[in-house]
Amino acid sequence: MNFWQVVKDIFYNTDKIVAWIYTQSHALWASWHLPSVILDIIIQLVVAVIVVAFLALNALWIIYYERRFSAKMQLRYGPNRVGWQGSLQLIADTIKLLIKEDIVPTKTDKNVFTIAPIIVMLATFAVFLVIPFGKGIIAADLNIGVLYILAITGLAVIGILAGGWASNNKYSLIGGMRSAAQIVSYEIPSVLIVLSIILMAGSLKMGDIVAAQSKTWYILFQPVGFVLFLIASNAEINRAPFDLPEAESELVSGFITEYSGMKFAMFFLAEYTNIFLVSAVATTLFLGGWQGPWLPPFVWFFIKTYFVVSILMWIRWTFPRIRVDHLMEFAWKVLLPIALLNLIVTAVVLKMV
Amino acid sequence: METKMPIEIQSRDSDEYILNMGPQHPSTHGVLRLMLKMDGEVVKDVVPYLGYMHRGMEKMFENKKYEQIIPYTDRTDYLSVIPNNWVYCMAVEKLMGIQVPERAQYLRVIMAEINRIMSHLLWYASFGMDVGALTPIWYAFKEREELMSLMESASGARFLHNYFRFGGFKADIPKGFIDGVKKLLARIDDDVDEYEALLINNVILTNRTKGVAPISREKAIEYGLSGPSIRGSNTAIDVRKDEPYGVYPKFNFEIPVGKNGDTWDRCKVRMDEMRQSAAIIRQAIDALPAGDVMAKIPKIIKPAPGEVYTRVEGPRGDIGLYLVSDGTEKPYRIKMRKPSFSNISAIKELIVGYKVADVVAILGSLDVIIPEIDR
Repeated sequence: MNFWQVVKDIFYNTDKIVAWIYTQSHALWASWHLPSVILDIIIQLVVAVIVVAFLALNALWIIYYERRFSAKMQLRYGPNRVGWQGSLQLIADTIKLLIKEDIVPTKTDKNVFTIAPIIVMLATFAVFLVIPFGKGIIAADLNIGVLYILAITGLAVIGILAGGWASNNKYSLIGGMRSAAQIVSYEIPSVLIVLSIILMAGSLKMGDIVAAQSKTWYILFQPVGFVLFLIASNAEINRAPFDLPEAESELVSGFITEYSGMKFAMFFLAEYTNIFLVSAVATTLFLGGWQGPWLPPFVWFFIKTYFVVSILMWIRWTFPRIRVDHLMEFAWKVLLPIALLNLIVTAVVLKMV
Repeated sequence: METKMPIEIQSRDSDEYILNMGPQHPSTHGVLRLMLKMDGEVVKDVVPYLGYMHRGMEKMFENKKYEQIIPYTDRTDYLSVIPNNWVYCMAVEKLMGIQVPERAQYLRVIMAEINRIMSHLLWYASFGMDVGALTPIWYAFKEREELMSLMESASGARFLHNYFRFGGFKADIPKGFIDGVKKLLARIDDDVDEYEALLINNVILTNRTKGVAPISREKAIEYGLSGPSIRGSNTAIDVRKDEPYGVYPKFNFEIPVGKNGDTWDRCKVRMDEMRQSAAIIRQAIDALPAGDVMAKIPKIIKPAPGEVYTRVEGPRGDIGLYLVSDGTEKPYRIKMRKPSFSNISAIKELIVGYKVADVVAILGSLDVIIPEIDR
């Protein structure tokens, strides 16, 4: 094979490269007369490690991006001392969090206290297995891709409730319960919007949804759906204006109050990875995934995802916080009817066309 | 000796619990402690604990000479520095019969209104933070920085100016001061419009604050509210109009009032007050006469024995000072009537029945400053 052809394929036709790696490794494995099940497990482990490592780095980048972006919106600079333009700031912060003392308050349920951040992080990281980062770069293109996403993001509720309860602190408890109510309420409009997309694409597989947008992106067909999905996702990841669970001025960090050191770092990373997650899902469902003209596919994916991330950050720094009863009202009385209407209209139009 | 809690939960079976919004809290504007009895998210009862910042100011005043007290009046309320200075200097000037020259009177009005704008900007910033909007603080503080630089050029200190003296000012304003103020006035109206649109007219905020904690005119008068807290209830009470002092009668300005007395009205009144202050400053600069800024006062300040009560309109309300002099160099008794003390007395009326999230917004709309309450 021509060297330049291989380089071009690495950037533009990654599905060919991935398929080649699979076939070659299976052939090599079979030549050693070993069962292929073990090779599959090894490949999946390697893929998982790659995904987690990539996500951790990405979370660091997003935190830095948020600090600079919000600073520019607020007439200030953001971190610009550590490293070129402040890029090493996050490394400094990570080291600081790692060496901080891990304070566990007395009279807490220590096991639950420890597990809560793990569950929240798990719920976030596990979803990335079905996100198509580029052409063929998808850890596991499940048949039920979208359903898997919606199901796993709901797991975060358990972690948050556990964290709020195990902290032995009234503020944390209030924060945890608010968050549980919020996430559960906003999942329903989110699911209905995603259902509209699935109706149009005809399949739950993420790869199919991206392929179905090769002519036109779904945002042109479903602008209302896009806006609603952004709002509902904003609420699901506990971000302003829906950040009651961590409302700094009312509940002093809500359910995260009693966490310090690495456990806090896990919550923190989970939050920022969540932003990336919902942006990636929005990109895949509405903005055509990794497709685009002459740039490599995964570059397009990141451009689109970071565009949505910027919108989410913009919203956060502009609006005040919504009160808890307004939040529930908004989900059940405003978003849900609109989402239902969207679904019905989509179904009717699809039937007619 | 067993201390009895002022709030008790009646029975173990109810859903009530006691939440302590302790003295250390990001939103209680200082060291205010509120013991809330809650039922779920709704507040059933509240007891404020004051005194965390009691410094014995009024007792300290009895041991200091009159001119030594002026810097202390700054620090009773660090955001309404000029009105505090003014009420004290006015009291002593009344007792000693000192006439402040015209130019000093106009300058006093300009400084007081600049201070009002600065205080309202800080209120805007902290109110924004309380309700979760993290951006307005930066815009408001940028304006405040420019104003603080102006005040620094005039008084020598950015923040606790210690500016007034008995009989006027120690020195005239520096050269670039009026130009600086004019530059600010040129853009203050647009800026206040922008800040209002960003936070106060934001639909999320109006949903959170309209109809929340209304207080009727009669109740507000009963509790002794003053300043924007009572003007939100459609009551045009303002010391500058009711008992004018200085050269305020010469200026043409309105008293903004709200309609319903709820949280949003109190916020809107403060934004309108910034505009009115800008109008007053414009008129004062146009009419600023030349002349002395300091009257002839004796070297040793010994007011005649007697008592006097003076009032000024501070950003938070009606600041009063009761001075009893016994003819010596040190005052016999100074009592300060502070608006935040009366404003916070209405907290139970305002908060009970609303949710925890509203507590913070309501406190923010009252604009209490704790050092002022505790002195």
